[in-house]
Amino acid sequence: MLYKKKWPLFLFLVPGLLFLLVFLYIPFVENIKNSFYEMASVVKMPGQEFEFIGIDNYKRLFTDPDIRVAMANTLKMMVLTVIFEVGIAFVLAVMVSQIKKLQQLFRTVYFFPVVISATAIGLLFKLFYNYNGGMLNQILEALGKEPVLWLGPELAFAMICVPTLWSYIGFYFVILLTGLSDIPDDIYEAASIDGCSKFKQVFYITLPSLKPVFFTSVTLAVTGALKVFDLPWVLAPNGAPQGLTHFLGTYMYQTAYGLNNYDYASTQALLIVVLGVVVSKGVGMLTADKDEKVAAKAKRARAKGVA
Amino acid sequence: MDVTLQLEKVHRRKKKISAGMIAIYAVLIFWAVLTIFPFVWVVINSFKPSAEVLRSSFALPQEFTLANYQNAFGKLNVLNAYKNSFIISGTVTIGVMVLASLMSFGLTRYRFRGKEFIRSMIVASLMFPAFATIIPVYKMIIQWEMLGTPIAVILPQIAGNLSFATIVMTGFMQSIPLEMEEAAYMEGANVFQVFAKIIVPLCRPSLATVAIFSFLWSYNDLFVQKIMIAGHKQYYPVCTLLEEISSQYGTDFGLMAASVTIIVIPVMIVYILLQKNIIKGLTAGAVKG
Repeated sequence: MLYKKKWPLFLFLVPGLLFLLVFLYIPFVENIKNSFYEMASVVKMPGQEFEFIGIDNYKRLFTDPDIRVAMANTLKMMVLTVIFEVGIAFVLAVMVSQIKKLQQLFRTVYFFPVVISATAIGLLFKLFYNYNGGMLNQILEALGKEPVLWLGPELAFAMICVPTLWSYIGFYFVILLTGLSDIPDDIYEAASIDGCSKFKQVFYITLPSLKPVFFTSVTLAVTGALKVFDLPWVLAPNGAPQGLTHFLGTYMYQTAYGLNNYDYASTQALLIVVLGVVVSKGVGMLTADKDEKVAAKAKRARAKGVA
Repeated sequence: MDVTLQLEKVHRRKKKISAGMIAIYAVLIFWAVLTIFPFVWVVINSFKPSAEVLRSSFALPQEFTLANYQNAFGKLNVLNAYKNSFIISGTVTIGVMVLASLMSFGLTRYRFRGKEFIRSMIVASLMFPAFATIIPVYKMIIQWEMLGTPIAVILPQIAGNLSFATIVMTGFMQSIPLEMEEAAYMEGANVFQVFAKIIVPLCRPSLATVAIFSFLWSYNDLFVQKIMIAGHKQYYPVCTLLEEISSQYGTDFGLMAASVTIIVIPVMIVYILLQKNIIKGLTAGAVKG
């Protein structure tokens, strides 16, 4: 019928696929290739060939102390996002779902930092952290205490985490709240008639029914932690002080565009991809139980049938 | 007796809840203050001379000044950065909307070999962060002699948002029943008319979602902006300019506060006007699962 003639299909698919091919798939493959070569520059000079160095860059991943710091910081950030972003968001979502008035207002307020660029938030917190007359040190001064070097070696990592975590709680809050409102009310009613306290209801009804939403939130949180760049870069450029606040993303940027070591940076980028796949698969394995696997399979089969 | 006992129970629970309610509201309001306070603080301080910000950042301005704003608009040309951001993110948004709706239409309406393969390739590309493609793309942009121009930011950003936009749109298009298209076909409409006159208007909600997240992602994406446009100040978008302010004028507190305010206020106005759409747009993929 209408879609019998196939030729218009090309006009629909080709422009988008071309974009993906040229700017995603080919660069992705080229990036893998680059990690095995010694790149003297980004663009080859006429007649120049890059030297094949095998897995040298990969060996370097295991010996480079800076990447170890960046990796540790990134992994710590993942754990922190799950505990604080998803955790606080869950507490807030449960609370907001209990109230009747002002729900919409809290939603609007909590979500607001999500739409503000991390760069602006970084600048804002720079004003808080400044040693000479930053907001936090003004408070300390008013309390008669010594000023603190907030972005010094001991505290810098924590001080980068605070705004990173704070600014995204609203995002998980909305996701979890949507999940909460999908749980039918009559389950709770039945439970209260049976004498189940509100507190117990959270554990025995809310948490189990929210499992799939938790799974999505945790996956988004850990893969998001893998991509942090803007905030640490603004607060502590080049992993200041002494590379202690590097994350995989910022270290990769510095390796490529600060040190012009493009091949090693490509290797790091690949590490980020592999870590992303491993971590999101890991979250899936930890949270999925048998029933859900069966359900997911059925869902997939159904989707195939429809398509 | 039984009834009265139960009634009493319900009554008692109600009282208990209202005490709990106060605690709940207290916590929620506390968190709301914690969320809004930094922004209020920065707006208030943007009207103070730098020295006063350093001394008493919690007080209202003693001497109200607009000097920081004069500096921001004069020395730093924030307006130009806004213009650049709108050109870049606007083009990215339109590009993503057009390409994603075309692709989704092809993927939901036609049967052909390799369809599943294309779909899974699109899903797989979600796992490519910008880090993993940026160096080869950077090379290409240099070879095309486009480095330092807005188009150098636009092209990779379109590609970066396209996969997710296509997934959101195919999900939506799949749910549109075919009857209307068949009727239009009977009336003699061709595929392109069906696409433009029936599908696109019906897809308005998902197009809005796509537009919102494409625009915001592009607008806030410092990484690509920094790499593609560094050093060409006349083309700096907002985030790149902010980062430069922070590294160059980091000691001028008043100016920093004013710049943050200038960046935050327009976003806040748009957010208040379109909050429902924006919240839905940014959480769309996640909530759908």
